[in-house]
Amino acid sequence: MRYLPLTEADRQSMLEAVRATSVEDLFRDVPKAAQLAGPIGGLPNHMGELEVERLLGTMAAKNLTAGSVPSFLGAGAYRHHVPATVDHLVQRGEFLTAYTPYQPEVSQGTLQVLFEFQTQVALLTGMDVANASMYDGATSCAEAVMMANRVTRRKKAILSGGLHPHYRDVTTTDARFIGFEAVALPAAPTGGEDLLALVDDKTSCVVVQNPDVFGHVRDYTDLAAACQAKGALLIVVVTEALSLGLLTPPGDMGADIVAAEGQSFGNALNFGGPYVGLFAVKDKYVRQMPGRLCGETVDADGRRGFVLTLSTREQHIRREKATSNICTNSGLCALAFSIHVSLLGEAGITQLAQLNHAKAVQMADKLAAVPGVEVLNDGFFNEFTVKLPKPAAAVVEDLAKRRILGGVPVSRLYPGEMEDLLLVAVTETNTDADMDAFAAALTEILGSGVLA
Amino acid sequence: MSMNNQGRPSAIPAGAASFDGVTGTVTGNRGLQIEEPLIFEQDSAGRTGVDLPDVPKVASRLGAVKPRAKVGLPGLAEPQVVRHYTRLSQKNYAIDSGFYPLGSCTMKHNPRLNEKMARLPGFSDVHPMQPVSTVQGALELMDQLAHWLKTLTGMAAVTLAPAAGAHGEMCGIMAIRAAHEAKGDTGRTKILVPESAHGTNPATAAACGYSVDAIPATADGRVDLEALKAKLGPDVAGLMLTNPNTCGLFERDIIAIAEAVHAAGGYFYCDGANFNAIVGRVRPADLGIDVMHINLHKTFSTPHGGGGPGSGPVVFAESLAPYIPVPYVTHGKDGFALVENAGDGLAFGRMKAFHGQMGMFVRALSYMLSHGADGLWQASGDAVLNANYVMARLEDVMTASFEGPCMHECLFDDRFLKGTGVTTLDMAKALIDEGFHPMTMYFPLVVHGALLIEPTETESKASLDQFVDALRALAERAKSGDVAYFQAAPRLTPRRRLDETAAARKPVLRWTPPVVAEALAAE
Repeated sequence: MRYLPLTEADRQSMLEAVRATSVEDLFRDVPKAAQLAGPIGGLPNHMGELEVERLLGTMAAKNLTAGSVPSFLGAGAYRHHVPATVDHLVQRGEFLTAYTPYQPEVSQGTLQVLFEFQTQVALLTGMDVANASMYDGATSCAEAVMMANRVTRRKKAILSGGLHPHYRDVTTTDARFIGFEAVALPAAPTGGEDLLALVDDKTSCVVVQNPDVFGHVRDYTDLAAACQAKGALLIVVVTEALSLGLLTPPGDMGADIVAAEGQSFGNALNFGGPYVGLFAVKDKYVRQMPGRLCGETVDADGRRGFVLTLSTREQHIRREKATSNICTNSGLCALAFSIHVSLLGEAGITQLAQLNHAKAVQMADKLAAVPGVEVLNDGFFNEFTVKLPKPAAAVVEDLAKRRILGGVPVSRLYPGEMEDLLLVAVTETNTDADMDAFAAALTEILGSGVLA
Repeated sequence: MSMNNQGRPSAIPAGAASFDGVTGTVTGNRGLQIEEPLIFEQDSAGRTGVDLPDVPKVASRLGAVKPRAKVGLPGLAEPQVVRHYTRLSQKNYAIDSGFYPLGSCTMKHNPRLNEKMARLPGFSDVHPMQPVSTVQGALELMDQLAHWLKTLTGMAAVTLAPAAGAHGEMCGIMAIRAAHEAKGDTGRTKILVPESAHGTNPATAAACGYSVDAIPATADGRVDLEALKAKLGPDVAGLMLTNPNTCGLFERDIIAIAEAVHAAGGYFYCDGANFNAIVGRVRPADLGIDVMHINLHKTFSTPHGGGGPGSGPVVFAESLAPYIPVPYVTHGKDGFALVENAGDGLAFGRMKAFHGQMGMFVRALSYMLSHGADGLWQASGDAVLNANYVMARLEDVMTASFEGPCMHECLFDDRFLKGTGVTTLDMAKALIDEGFHPMTMYFPLVVHGALLIEPTETESKASLDQFVDALRALAERAKSGDVAYFQAAPRLTPRRRLDETAAARKPVLRWTPPVVAEALAAE
């Protein structure tokens, strides 16, 4: 066994040292009836690297790789080009195989990365401070609502119909078990919600998404002020973090909390995870924040250094009185995010965001020119909704057969609803040829009459 | 004597001052230890580390939202970015570089094959919302992982959705609550948790609206069965227990514990953080456990990554199997399908976006396949043998809290330091200078000044012997009264002891541009 350094001779001499007759003897506190007599049945024995590669390689080959075909999927996960540098640095064993930096003297690398990550997230969202990351955007959203409940001492959240349904469901699941009210508005593919009308003196927060799940971008400045006038917080969710490179950030609109998904920077699609939740707040709420925080300090010789701080909010100190039960962040994904953002810099991030928007505008025009197709958005970043004359799920299946991943049918997110709507995302990875191929295939499918 | 490449002896010249912790260099660097400023302090406007195509000239369509003026990020070229993160990495201790005996954390080797497999484009470059007909291999991998987890635990069902151990705990307690509610049994308001539990256990139970009642331990470090029975009743929703427990001991009465909890109408949640001790040798279902989370980043070798991402699948016995969150994989005649919406079933909701930590699933399955049934049997055996060996070799100079055998970790308390003026923390910091990561300190809370050592099966006998020799020498040194040595430790790290009190009193959680910082200071 290549991962086990003990030799049989080692084991024998160690058994003597511990005065045991066998390894099994060391398990004598386990009830006899529950001890297996030997290696467990029903599973194969050990394999060499070559065999494992062959087996997993066969499974991997059964999937249609997004990068091998024109791909226009978004809905909370975006395929961006990740510079080669990112993955090489992430795989340095000193980052990859370190534990949570509880011993700061031997963890300054991870700690400085987290301090820089927090600063980058604060800058991107336009907020005062950010934490060291959450599991993903959806759990970040649910934690934001619970934080608003703590801050306002109220227990009702209003969730916009533009919020990603997975984010909504994670929040309503928590609401059911943790004990607060989450009022989820119906899906709003064309907007037109009156969120403010629902805010009363029991409302802790209003949750909106920008761009929303249908791709619409909005200015929430007035809503933020109006919420705050009623004693409620405004939480802005962002699922496409690259949009922060171009749009007025939530902080400038007056958001109290930003909960976002950071996958777009540095992280591959990975069939949905692991990703990295971003969480940023106004200064005055720092001590109500969930999750880990890294702070600056000095060492015994007076030199600048970094430590995990304000841990008196956390479970390992506070136990049942903690602000949340979270014990992990998304360290390595946060590192990948941070390296990618560092490579982009101010000039790169602006250009990349503009590039995504411009390509999306081009794609929207190409699709609008397909007979029977209507683009629903006036304003969008790199994703928009189109209305088709046929059920979107069937159209997407047909496109997949032609080796085009043509977006996410809205009915995949809202079963049985809005079956004619399709979400289309465009990034810098999509070429002109990809876009033309998509428009041409769609024209053909819609014109064929087979699906009607 | 070793020689350098110019044929000169590499020994320190006679008369050279011994290193005293002061650099004395112009740069503040110390050879391979290079001081690294913040990325924000290396900015040059307009510089970038990426080359992008020109933006097509189209009229923007941002609706009512204005483009932002600036973000405020620094500009660096690629070589600067590479150097920045490389230098930072060199300030970290890691399992790749040395022994990491953190109790309860299972810092085992992270095989690079796992990394290679997770990066196969067929797994890494697949979108979670692709038509299921195009991701059959991804669903097959999830199904295979589920099969391994169910077989190893003897359980009926598994959810792969939770993103970490504590997230898995949350999922398990939600399932318990959902099951009680489905039976109309709403009078259960309490969860019992032993005093020795991880902090996440009471935090999870409290987050789910339960009050937490602590169960005391017996003198031999186990749950007090009689005290437990006295607390059981129609108001108890369940018990959360770690087994092997956080003292490194197997709960001998576990079957009686399970029976008592079940007889009182409660469910038995097991914190699977210490599963590495028994994986492949004992199936939790055979112990009467109803639900347990598994940390793929502990038992199944996915990297800890400096604090995540983790992955915390939860296995369920028949009694709780219907109450799992979405999504889950099913298998029909057309291949694998994915149930993504709760619909009218008993599934209680959703834990996170999409389908779980797929990248971690690939790594874990790669590890399982590599070890196989026979390798896992050997691995858990070696982990337990290693811990017992460390305990046996230290028990004459340090104070073991409980009698062995221990399982995969051994627990000492600070009685051996009594009267020396040296604390558990001082010992840990001195260990850093010897080239080891400290053990877990001050946990569990049931003994004074705890030192919890988990060697895992990764360590060779030579590595354990070196560690033990260092600890023995430090223990002798502490007893000899050399307090000053310990209080000044660590001496040889990139930073020495850091002022955590100051950090918490006036938190500085981000870099601020100098102009802004000056203005704030003037206020």
